[in-house]
Amino acid sequence: MTGRRTRAPYVMAAPAVILFVVFIVVPIGYAVWLSLHAMRVSGAGLGIRAEVFVGLGNYLDAVKDTALYEAIQRMLAYGVIMVPVTMGLALLFALLLDAPRVGGKRASRITIFLPYAVPGVIASLLWGFIYLPAVSPIGAAFKAVGLDAPDFFGDVSVFFSVANIAVWGSVGFNMVVLYTTLRAIPKELYEAARLDGASEWRIALRIKVPLLRPALTMTSVFTLIGMLQVFSEPATLRPMSNTITQDWVPLMRIYQQAFVDNDTYLGAASSVLLAGATVLLSLAALAVFRSRSARSER
Amino acid sequence: MRTRTKIVPTLLLALGGVYAVLPLLWVIFASTKSSDELFTTFSGWPSFNGGFTENIAALSSYGGGRFWLWMLNSLIYAGGGAFLTVVVSAACGYALAKYRFTGQRLIFASLLAGVLVPGITLAIPQYLLLSQMNLVGTYWSVILPSVISPYSIYLCRIYAEAAVPDEILEAGRVDGAGEFRLLWSVGVPIMTPGLVTVFLLQFIGIWNNFLLPYIMLANDDLFPLTVGLYSLLNRGASQPALYTLVISGSLLSIIPIVALFLFLQRFWRLDLVAGSVKG
Repeated sequence: MTGRRTRAPYVMAAPAVILFVVFIVVPIGYAVWLSLHAMRVSGAGLGIRAEVFVGLGNYLDAVKDTALYEAIQRMLAYGVIMVPVTMGLALLFALLLDAPRVGGKRASRITIFLPYAVPGVIASLLWGFIYLPAVSPIGAAFKAVGLDAPDFFGDVSVFFSVANIAVWGSVGFNMVVLYTTLRAIPKELYEAARLDGASEWRIALRIKVPLLRPALTMTSVFTLIGMLQVFSEPATLRPMSNTITQDWVPLMRIYQQAFVDNDTYLGAASSVLLAGATVLLSLAALAVFRSRSARSER
Repeated sequence: MRTRTKIVPTLLLALGGVYAVLPLLWVIFASTKSSDELFTTFSGWPSFNGGFTENIAALSSYGGGRFWLWMLNSLIYAGGGAFLTVVVSAACGYALAKYRFTGQRLIFASLLAGVLVPGITLAIPQYLLLSQMNLVGTYWSVILPSVISPYSIYLCRIYAEAAVPDEILEAGRVDGAGEFRLLWSVGVPIMTPGLVTVFLLQFIGIWNNFLLPYIMLANDDLFPLTVGLYSLLNRGASQPALYTLVISGSLLSIIPIVALFLFLQRFWRLDLVAGSVKG
């Protein structure tokens, strides 16, 4: 690292800093500004509309919005399935990849990772058709053996159907991150236990999982953030089923507020609230990051 | 010690692989079916009556070749955006890792904070700002907001720190090389594996992005594949004849990205993502 006086680092950082200010800092400021304003008719009966400061009015409206509230409940129901299943499968597969005497590791690793490359919208289209009664191969298989075809868009089953799409798309990436972390663990840490005759299952649970904890927390938090921002899966499935409404999850509701009802101000307030929740979660992740690097420096 | 493959763990892992590829197999099978066959034959097994070529021909002629335009647009957004991200992030990450300068801490802390801001909070004001710049509904409205990626800058900084040795830079300075020359001919070659990872993550991210182009674009001809196929499905909800187009379009849209992914996956530095770099 050089401490010499030179203008070079400023020039190198300038494009990133300018883009950062224009496309992140200014929009955040603008979103907050919008969330504190509203379009109101001013002048008695003249119908002139003007932008006025309304303080926290939009936030009160957002908090009182029953549609948003219901969307949050649906998102939580979806998340209660999606987050544990994604993390559980990712951890299971990562441990299996790291265990000795397991066959076909390379092929399995690449195939399980593959769905990560498939866009959420396309994944939703594929699964959507697999769910759709008219073309579903699963429905056809059920009927072939004389059973009723399962209803993938029922009041309860729809949460599993949407969660399954997200699980399918995100298990592989989390698995690879966890597996990469596992490979960085020195073998000596569990070689002794292995010589003492401990089973691989025990080694995985007692030694590997505790060592994975920081990486597990980090990937879980990113999965939770993904849950808060779920949008393309239910939005893509909507034309296929009436069970999924236009305001099914918070982002769909915010989109509706801002671009369908054309109340940009209310939409901005809701999105600032959602951002607040995300930032809180991410700060937790950062705290974990920090405690981990503090430990490894020791 | 005899090394024998254990059956249950191997089977579990293989089941995971089957779960991952089944929908992909299904879309290959389903795209071989003509409109009639799709609703009358079992879609978990392919048909061989020329349905595939029929579907591709129908898809190609839809809206005067609009599908291929979407494919081209996706390539422009993802390729152009990811390339610009790498250029901008590599220079900034290298500067943050290899120099000490006033404002450095501020820049890094703001970038870290930027990682935390969700896309939707930015999407509404970005739309309004870009519409004031008369950029909404142009290629730039999708590319420009995608170029700035705090996470990519963060990865570049970590990688430059771990991989670019100060001694080589100092030796270069002694030989009279300028700072930008050092970045170009020492920094960039050493950072290449990290930059490939950043490019790929960003390419996949932009290729898969839906919300940003969905908000920014109204003209069919500028849609990327994600928004294009979504709009096709929306139209298809009342016209099941369009289902075959959506299905074969989905298949064609994942072929390039899956090919790129498989081809480049050996160059990935995923330990970078996991946060443990060994230089």
